[in-house]
Amino acid sequence: MSELSKGTIIKVAGPVVVAKDMVGARMYDVVRVGSENLIGEIVELHGDLASIQVYEDTVGIGPGEEVVNTGAPLSVELGPGLISSIYDGIQRPLNALVEAQGSNILRGSDIPGLRRDIKWPFKPIIENGTKVSGGDILGEVRETTLVTQKIMVPPRVSGTLEGLKEGEYTVDEVIGVVVAEDGRRTDLKLMQKWPVRRPRPGKTRLAPDQVLVTGQRVIDAFFPLSQGGTACVPGPFGTGKTVVQHQLAKWVDADVVIYVGCGERGNEMTDVLLEFPELLDPHSGEPLMKRVVMVANTSDMPVAAREASVYTGITMAEYFRDMGYSVAMMADSTSRWAEAMREISTRLEEMPAEEGYPAYLGARIASFYERAGKVICQGAPERTGALSIIGAVSPPGGDLSDSVVQATLHVVKVFWSLQGRLAQQRHFPAIDWLTSYSFYKEYLPGCFEDKDRGAEFAAMTRYAMGLLEQESQLVEIVRLVGAESISANDRMSMETAKSIREDFLHQNAFHKVDTFTPIDKQFDMMKVILHFHKQGLAAIENGIETAAIFALPVREEIARAKYIPDTEAGAIIGITDTIDKQMKALYAPEAQAADTR
Amino acid sequence: MLKEYKTVSQIYGPLMLVESVDGAKYGHIVDIEIADGTTRHGQILQVEKDKVLVQVFEGTEGINIDDSTVRFLGKPMELAVSPEILGRVFDGTGNPKDNGPAIIPKKKLNINGNPINPYARDFPNEFIQTGISTIDGLNPLVRGQKLPVFSGAGLPHDDIAAQLARQATVRGKGEAFAVVFAAMGITFEAAQFFINDLTNTGAIERAVLFINLANDPAIERIATPRVALTAAEYLAFEEDMHVLVILNDMTNYCEALREISAARKEVPGRRGYPGYLYTDLATVYERAGRIKGRKGSITMVPVLTMPEDDKTHPVPDLTGYITEGQIIMSRALHRKGIAPPVDALPSLSRLKDKGIGHGKTREDHADLYNQLYAAYARGKEAQELATILGEAALSEEDRKYMTFANEFEGKYISQGYYENRTVEQTLDLGWQLLSMFENAELKRIDVKLIEKYMPRFRKNK
Repeated sequence: MSELSKGTIIKVAGPVVVAKDMVGARMYDVVRVGSENLIGEIVELHGDLASIQVYEDTVGIGPGEEVVNTGAPLSVELGPGLISSIYDGIQRPLNALVEAQGSNILRGSDIPGLRRDIKWPFKPIIENGTKVSGGDILGEVRETTLVTQKIMVPPRVSGTLEGLKEGEYTVDEVIGVVVAEDGRRTDLKLMQKWPVRRPRPGKTRLAPDQVLVTGQRVIDAFFPLSQGGTACVPGPFGTGKTVVQHQLAKWVDADVVIYVGCGERGNEMTDVLLEFPELLDPHSGEPLMKRVVMVANTSDMPVAAREASVYTGITMAEYFRDMGYSVAMMADSTSRWAEAMREISTRLEEMPAEEGYPAYLGARIASFYERAGKVICQGAPERTGALSIIGAVSPPGGDLSDSVVQATLHVVKVFWSLQGRLAQQRHFPAIDWLTSYSFYKEYLPGCFEDKDRGAEFAAMTRYAMGLLEQESQLVEIVRLVGAESISANDRMSMETAKSIREDFLHQNAFHKVDTFTPIDKQFDMMKVILHFHKQGLAAIENGIETAAIFALPVREEIARAKYIPDTEAGAIIGITDTIDKQMKALYAPEAQAADTR
Repeated sequence: MLKEYKTVSQIYGPLMLVESVDGAKYGHIVDIEIADGTTRHGQILQVEKDKVLVQVFEGTEGINIDDSTVRFLGKPMELAVSPEILGRVFDGTGNPKDNGPAIIPKKKLNINGNPINPYARDFPNEFIQTGISTIDGLNPLVRGQKLPVFSGAGLPHDDIAAQLARQATVRGKGEAFAVVFAAMGITFEAAQFFINDLTNTGAIERAVLFINLANDPAIERIATPRVALTAAEYLAFEEDMHVLVILNDMTNYCEALREISAARKEVPGRRGYPGYLYTDLATVYERAGRIKGRKGSITMVPVLTMPEDDKTHPVPDLTGYITEGQIIMSRALHRKGIAPPVDALPSLSRLKDKGIGHGKTREDHADLYNQLYAAYARGKEAQELATILGEAALSEEDRKYMTFANEFEGKYISQGYYENRTVEQTLDLGWQLLSMFENAELKRIDVKLIEKYMPRFRKNK
């Protein structure tokens, strides 16, 4: 750190720059490149030659210009001011950039990630003179109505606490000191820095045994994600990956949401920016933006910063996890991240593996997803935090044999398979119920306070899945030889499967009630659909025509159950009585005669 | 001040290596004076010590090592802009091609632009009426959107692009409007058709054309969309115009990119296209949009031909991941004589819900397109079934949907290239077609809307 080494550029090829005389440089040190002070990172060292990936456009840079090593790896600033912010891939605040440079992103700007001009009210929760170590909570800053930041002792610092007092501080003012046994003093601030490529430590990893409720029926009921779990959403374009990600970011039952838009459309990020402040959190009634941090490195922004953006996002997520929160991180899309890796690898003239991707693609993806998890956090008081990752994957042509999809499927535990065929039928979310899977299904009953109810829900979803599978087998037969050729029971199963698809799985993200379904409402909806099935089978047993059963007016009510607001709790389960009544009416012969339509 | 070098050491493909160069910068442009006295242009692709790799826009044919002089201009490629560019025709790198005077620049802009800060973007939500039912009714286009046309060899994408340029308008507002047309590797006939069409309708006055024909240098195509978008950005964000940019044909652009990549011996990605194709396309497409506090906007319609009509080919595939939807042309419809042959089912406008509804088009728009879409999808299935089993084997219901699909194709999709329908006409036509169904069958439309809009089209009821 003492003397900053300086080098000279000898080669420029797109985002990769090579500099000589880089004495003492370390891998992943951040450097400033050229007269415009572009930000870059060292990715290869050969003797005193360093290859640098530059996070900004390198047009106009040439040999002979200077490279200055900052001596520190790429780090993010963690502290009050993160929430509601929108950053680029290397944590430069985009809103501040607009003020500083106008509507287009220019080069060489140096605005810090956290604002230095805001005073945050800090309340200590421990006494001076206490022995503290990394991760201990010193006090709190209430950042928004939804998120209170716990100010922690940085990892790997320990000693006796001195001079901590309540007051208003900016993020880089000293709030107290830790004196180590050898007398070394470490200043404490509201802000800490952490290198993005190094995972923040937790104390103990735990099994992710609690389901993360998302309010999306197909996900919660059939392919649940758990707190600390990992999921991936692959699908061709136009199948609604981004809508799924947005829906999760909006409604997921987490304390903090980190949304990383990695190499995606600019207009989509704008949509999030304009929409989230207007949406209210169903749990607290506060604007959703008050628990969201966004990292937006759109596809036209420099490719190296795109590579860094997922690390920037996950480091922020780990920081909130360390406070004992449940954090959900969305990365849309990890394919663009992998492509950024590929592009830089190509410029470094590395030997490619499959499809031109670097050989370390799988390892990088695995170690990224492995940063998720539920942990007992370091430090006192004891607390558990969870970090869940949901990664979108955009395979070329929707082909699931793509390297990125395969490398991702190796590590994630939940797979939501988006199908172009479903999207074309306008069945949204287009998550295919036959090929998707979740390893967290066993934790589903835990969503309910009432154990029996939880067990019943799990049993119902199993039964429903059975019907859907049966349908997939029957549908071919019906297409070829007509519905008349299969038994009445099979016809009933097909009809119920259709009802599960249309009335339960299909969910309209843009309808104000349907967009989010609490787990209890999901229970009721499923119960009603299966109750109709059960009663229908009983009626068939008693010789009633299937056509008459399918024509019962109550089916309209079942179909509309999803639009019943959560406030009318009893209304949905009440439909079972209507079903019983109308079914009973069928048993009277005159009713049958009247209903032949 | 400008340095000249006679130190060309290698020439291969479209590339040229110059040695012993001092102070060259990545991305800057060069002039190359060759033995016959003419000048060509190039761009620096890589600088290593004193060796500079240059891509030559006009191709390297006829250049020799000994007699060529390379002048480093010390700046990136720029386009001279002023309001005078309207009504003019330029070549693929922005030099006048219409024998008109040179542009007296009000400004010189770097053609690479700078990425728009997502925080500064304004969301596209103003409906553009194109007069084409399959777009206005089913896949509405909004200002600031990028909506490509996926076509194939032999399909009439030029006609639909010309129709869009002619008819697209935001209703009820007399705002300044301009068309920027970039031709990349298209034929003389296709370009001339477009120019004539604009001239005949008088639209040429508010159009800027950048033409790189099939027999023009292929490498020049890499600059063409950037030059065109620089002009568009100038018109939109500095002259407050609403600009429609048509890029035709992006497949040729990508092939030029592939040619350079191959010449540089880069590791190829899918089908030989470079691994950075996505990033490169994004820097073109993402220049569309609206910016907070600016009056103008850039709406983009890239046209691309899918080799073998294959949607999973890298060019349409990566385009689809960046653009906000796609309009797909159907060979089957084209064969049936339906024009424009837009395949309604796989076509999609991602921003459609933002631009329609009460106060923008009409309250029934969203429900109506959902219903039309569902009924047409059902009808298409019935059509297929009928070809397998014969029409007689269809149930009565299937037959009804098949009739609907046929009517829908014949009346709604088919309108010709010169009929300009208002959005109300398009919507009413939808209702009229749906009138063959009972109200109860129209499950996707709010009952109140059916009662309000349907009766006019019901006969004998």
